[in-house]
Amino acid sequence: MDALDLARWQFGVTTVYHFLFVPLTIGLGVFVAGLQTAWYRRTRKGGDGEHLLRLTKFFGKLFLINFAMGVVTGIVQEFQFGMNWSQYSIFVGDVFGAPLAMEALLAFFLESTFLGLWIFGWERLPRRVHLACLWAAVIGSNLSAYFILAANAWMKHPVGYEVVGGRARMTDLWAVLTNSTALAQVPHVVAGAFVVAGGFVIAVSGYRILREGSGGTAGLWRTSLRGALVMTAIAGIVVAGTGDQSARLLREQQPMKLAAAEGLRHDTSGAPFSVVPGLEVPDLLSLLAAHDPQAVVQGMDDIQRRYAASFGPADYTPNLPVVFWSFRVMIVFGMTTVGLSVLGLWLTRRRRRTAALPRWFARLCVLALPLPTVAIVAGWLLSEIGRQPWTVQGELMTAASVSPGVSLIEVAATLAGFTLLYGVLALAEGVLLMRHIKAGPEPMPVEPVPSDEARLTPTLMY
Amino acid sequence: MTLTTFWFIVIAFLWTGYFVLEGFDFGVGALLPLLSRSEADRRQVITTIGPVWDGNEVWLITAVGAMFAAFPAWYAHMLSGFYLPLFLVIIGLIVRGVGLEWRGKVTSRRELALCDAGIVAGSVIPAFLWGAIFGHMLYGTAAAAAVGGALSLTMATLHGAVFVALRTTGPVRARARRAALLVSAGAVPLAAVALPSLPGSSALAVPDWSASPFLWASALAAMATLASGAALIWRRREGWAFAATAGAIVFTTATLFGALWPAPMPGITVMEAASAPYTLTVLTWLGVIALPGVIAYQAWTYWIFRRRVSARSE
Repeated sequence: MDALDLARWQFGVTTVYHFLFVPLTIGLGVFVAGLQTAWYRRTRKGGDGEHLLRLTKFFGKLFLINFAMGVVTGIVQEFQFGMNWSQYSIFVGDVFGAPLAMEALLAFFLESTFLGLWIFGWERLPRRVHLACLWAAVIGSNLSAYFILAANAWMKHPVGYEVVGGRARMTDLWAVLTNSTALAQVPHVVAGAFVVAGGFVIAVSGYRILREGSGGTAGLWRTSLRGALVMTAIAGIVVAGTGDQSARLLREQQPMKLAAAEGLRHDTSGAPFSVVPGLEVPDLLSLLAAHDPQAVVQGMDDIQRRYAASFGPADYTPNLPVVFWSFRVMIVFGMTTVGLSVLGLWLTRRRRRTAALPRWFARLCVLALPLPTVAIVAGWLLSEIGRQPWTVQGELMTAASVSPGVSLIEVAATLAGFTLLYGVLALAEGVLLMRHIKAGPEPMPVEPVPSDEARLTPTLMY
Repeated sequence: MTLTTFWFIVIAFLWTGYFVLEGFDFGVGALLPLLSRSEADRRQVITTIGPVWDGNEVWLITAVGAMFAAFPAWYAHMLSGFYLPLFLVIIGLIVRGVGLEWRGKVTSRRELALCDAGIVAGSVIPAFLWGAIFGHMLYGTAAAAAVGGALSLTMATLHGAVFVALRTTGPVRARARRAALLVSAGAVPLAAVALPSLPGSSALAVPDWSASPFLWASALAAMATLASGAALIWRRREGWAFAATAGAIVFTTATLFGALWPAPMPGITVMEAASAPYTLTVLTWLGVIALPGVIAYQAWTYWIFRRRVSARSE
């Protein structure tokens, strides 16, 4: 175990942890903005939109508890490149830094500033402006996903650059921002985030329905459930479509990752898809990866030989079990969630508007929280561990990326510190979320007339 | 002016924005226990920065991101070189962030106290460490780090105290004024000791201080604005006092970056650390288009929440 291993563990731990909160921020933000928009439109015409406002505030609060964690764990990410991976940073900064700077300037400012306005602006801003603030914030969140994924895509498929004096130099920003890998993975990951957020709302709604039965505010939860089911199902289609696109790009750009995900040893025409080790469907992998059942898919051993010939002797194979199984977990868990949402849409279809939701389905709904979260994390493991041993595919190896001046003790200390703090915070976040979910939405006061002083203090949102 | 020089100035500008804006956030957090006697007081104090602190922190993310893009080698050496201090800064920012965000969502007294502890620790530690890091970057000694840290912590605390005095009413406002006077008794002498050494500190600069009139002017302006900030808060001119403490941070940061030019770290010059002209040009367009908008909507936020926060909160 040396500093490199621990630095990798640190990146893995902090990134996966960060990524537990980010998808929820991305998707739930849009969901809450949708609820508030529905409330705004309904009440503007004099309709009764109280239930929509209650849902907005309820899910808004859960959104904010989660948002805080996404923000603070994101700080680590930006610093970590320089702290643990200084050689990487020096090599890629000219190219990789630009989308990061764009993310901060165009997305993070928008997100944080307008979210502050939204949280504290309920009584101070005109309704229309207040709603626009939330939309500005969630657009910021989604925009940030684009920039960081474009930067990440460059590591897997570097474009628009040249290497001069041991450093990558950007030659074409447009190529970096429209990298085919980015254009496939941005919608894939963002739609995946919507599945996670949809699953979260489905689970919370299912839990509340189980708790309240058909009385109380059951109508409230039917509204949020329906919305989340629609969101999850649509996002699920996008995830599947862009996943197909990503697989085809892998065959051209990162053949080793594809071969490892399939456990394919040798270059094969009409490659089979192995469902689990030992159970294979002939030609399916070629069909999926190239849309041609007879296409050649490269195998690990042959790629290893070719890489060793062109890049020098080294082990070019990523961690096989992790890559193989994360691929399957991603697909199975993700598809199950989407299947659940389609089943839910059928059970809550228009003709059954008045019927109570079956309790067995409400119970199943609770599964919609862990399933897509595990799926999206597995997707990241596949994507990033599958890229190893490269940090920049074909250009820079992970072993050459680490900070030379940082000692094993230092990495170990910070890894322990982050892990400990993150563990405590995860527990706290879980308790807080659960407490607010159990408490349910707050009752609406009868037409509050805010006094001058009351306007200056935040409302129940903060 | 070359693109490299221009981007060095942009980086200095972003750090300045960060220190001015999060400076008072840190001060408010550090003073939280001293300015409050009750939960209502604490709420009042926190509410002054509630809507804006997160946006202020993005100035740091932008400054660091821009360093990564424009001066990769500087970014890499600074972050890996100040490894443990930066780890503590990050830990501080994390506990402060969740403290601020979760404070309104917890219920028990004990949990509130935990959030407050996170806010105080997460304000004091980074406020000290930023000064320490840049002090060490300039001189490479522990003494410089200690003085730099003490200076940045006291200046931020003063700035925050003045901000609370400006943004509140009632007893909290009076306490904030007293706190500001108390802190300035430490900040002003410290600045008088630390700032005059800056113009002569640059690794590559000629030790002849008269050769850097800009740095001298800037260091003197920093001391003058800091002292006038103390005088103005004494005379209860809170708005002007806040402008003065903000000015003191602007001039101090300007002096600091002036002294860092052209070799911000041992063995690294700005020219060598810079990205190629293509990237710097792209970044220039980005900055020219985006920054004015950011400044405009952040200013609008301060305008929306311009009224003083009163003591009475639910």
